[in-house]
Amino acid sequence: MGAQLRVYKRRIRSVTATKKITKAMEMIAASRVVKAQRKVVASTPYATELTRAVTAVGTGSNTKHPLTTQAETVVRSAVLLLTSDRGLAGAFNSNAIKVAEQLTERLEAEGKEVDTYIVGRRGLAHYNFRERKVVESWSGFTDEPTYADAKKVAGPLIEAIEKDTAEGGVDELHIVFTEFVSMMTQTALDDRLLPLSLEEVAKEATPKGEILPLYDFEPSAEDVLDALLPRYVESRIYNALLQSAASKHAATRRAMKSATDNAGELITTLSRLANAARQAEITQEISEIVGGSAALADATAGSDR
Amino acid sequence: MAAELHVALVAADREVWSGEATLVVARTTSGDIGVMPGHQPLLGVLESGPVTIRTSDGATVVAAVHGGFISFADNKLSLLAEIAELSDEIDVQRAERELERAQAEGDASAERRADVRLRAATATR
Repeated sequence: MGAQLRVYKRRIRSVTATKKITKAMEMIAASRVVKAQRKVVASTPYATELTRAVTAVGTGSNTKHPLTTQAETVVRSAVLLLTSDRGLAGAFNSNAIKVAEQLTERLEAEGKEVDTYIVGRRGLAHYNFRERKVVESWSGFTDEPTYADAKKVAGPLIEAIEKDTAEGGVDELHIVFTEFVSMMTQTALDDRLLPLSLEEVAKEATPKGEILPLYDFEPSAEDVLDALLPRYVESRIYNALLQSAASKHAATRRAMKSATDNAGELITTLSRLANAARQAEITQEISEIVGGSAALADATAGSDR
Repeated sequence: MAAELHVALVAADREVWSGEATLVVARTTSGDIGVMPGHQPLLGVLESGPVTIRTSDGATVVAAVHGGFISFADNKLSLLAEIAELSDEIDVQRAERELERAQAEGDASAERRADVRLRAATATR
């Protein structure tokens, strides 16, 4: 076998192996998307009921709470960025990071300090590489987040917002995550989580403008709100984590699908080239044989005479 | 026909139980509360404790609930809990082990959780 042909054969073998791997990853990601989507759906009843309850307290009483009151001058904002632990997901992480950076720029232009909190090793690596300060980070659960993970993330954030600004607390909390719109579309977006605007929550809970009943609060409206709001924030963060996970798997699936397609294309081109090389080799061998025998025939014909 | 109320027991990551009931007893921070159909709209903070649901066909459903809320309006009752388990889902041996471990370590909240689980599990057996 000629050298050229051998090189082509070797490359085809290597690309075929890669294709097998990316195909497997695509299929794993596809099954994980479905699972992640199911988790998003399963968490919806809790979120809906919680939103209703928050609306009920918010509209049924004039209670003031640090989580719902807008600070007069916002000195410091917290940005929570949700990324994934692993790459191979196309532009998933860089999109989320880009949105977070735009948000940070905008907030800084408004004269606010920005505290960054990060979920996922990818985002953390990006910030560490640029030597930017990260207040706190979590990783290790982004593929399959549980409610306990959401609680772990929400804890320090709620603490920071309840602290006085002078002592290092924050006035606002923004969250950057990737919304799972559909299997094909996922958009990175930012959302202000706190202070909570009760009017917006109310719009979400009662879209048809239905009137909520007058509730009897047990033990009191303040206590209920105190207990309710942190849970609401946790549930929102949980939802964002789940959506990010689903989006990540969908992005991985898409990236791996195009990798598999590209590998297939590469194999076709390489096989064509290999075939051409083989043909060229055969042609050359034939012409060598023909040439050789013609020369031999010429030589013998000459000696005969 | 006896009056009924619709009950939905929801944990953070799933719907644990839902159906029609005639009476629901839950523990709020200010004491046990029983809700029957036609109760006044109510929103309360739940303590870690067992929740008893008397279903309309006379059966009793007991669940261990750890933290959360009870809200009742328009004959619909929602029990929101971060963690909720039905009594027949609870692994008694595991809960007993947890209880022992928590007692040994002096972890009051873990002890309480295990205790609630055990009480909910034994209530129906």
